[in-house]
Amino acid sequence: MPKDARKGEPQAVSAPRTLGQGTTPEGPTDEELAARVLLGDEDAFTQLVDRHSRQMLWLARTIVREPALAEEVLQETWLAVFQGLKDFEHRSRLKTWLFRIVTNRARTRAQREARSTPMSSLSPEGEPSRDPLADHFTPRGGWAVPPTPWDGSDSPEAILERKEGVAIIATAIAALPPMQAAVVSLRDKEGWTAEEVCEALEISEGNQRVLLHRARTAIRAALDAAFSRR
Amino acid sequence: MMTCKELVALMTDYLEGKLSAADRSRFEAHVDGCRACVTYLNQLKHTITTLGRVPDEPIPSPVRDELLQRFRDWKKRA
Repeated sequence: MPKDARKGEPQAVSAPRTLGQGTTPEGPTDEELAARVLLGDEDAFTQLVDRHSRQMLWLARTIVREPALAEEVLQETWLAVFQGLKDFEHRSRLKTWLFRIVTNRARTRAQREARSTPMSSLSPEGEPSRDPLADHFTPRGGWAVPPTPWDGSDSPEAILERKEGVAIIATAIAALPPMQAAVVSLRDKEGWTAEEVCEALEISEGNQRVLLHRARTAIRAALDAAFSRR
Repeated sequence: MMTCKELVALMTDYLEGKLSAADRSRFEAHVDGCRACVTYLNQLKHTITTLGRVPDEPIPSPVRDELLQRFRDWKKRA
């Protein structure tokens, strides 16, 4: 009988990091900081910026690709945040509101770039990504090319120890259609819940799961190409 | 019997706890007897765990400085 990993606890994979960086148990909440920002408190603004900007910049980069453009999106987003904060209605969490603004602005930018750049004929959403497993199954649905264990890289530690592991993942995410990249970044990299991601990206739960699955499949395939003993 | 191809397509649903009880049983029965699918499931789990450990790059300090400057400008005007 195959060892381990069978009746896995479904939640165990995504459970360990339920606290995003925006919800540290110590210190003021995002909402408390936002209230102080409204009063012009620069220290509170700095704390909010330092708490979220890395993740926001990552997300912007996955969507617009160009680092300089992503930085502009980040600037625009924070500008929109402190200008729009007084009208923020607390129907959603501040964190998801921030990321919704980043996503929308980045997508608008990406669309504009796609129109002005003849090179990129694809819409920013891109074509549905090609199934990396298309040729791996027999017509009857069995494995034609069964997966083989990874060369000394079966554990996450081993994958990251080999420095190229991080680069492979970053490249694989950058190659994904933008919404897949956004979903997998927020869910698996940042440890957000499905609900938070749906709120921030304004997508349905089912759509979120489809995008997540495609993205994970592609990233696993990229690691497989690098680490498989085949 | 669920095929390997079907099983792989359902892995995220399985990990998210979104399969019906019947599908979940079929999923687990298949995995119990299929080494290739166990290998794949483990790799998918490792991919997810590894993603959670990818470090962010810091915000370039000119970008951060400009943000704070814009905040000050806004405050002055407000």
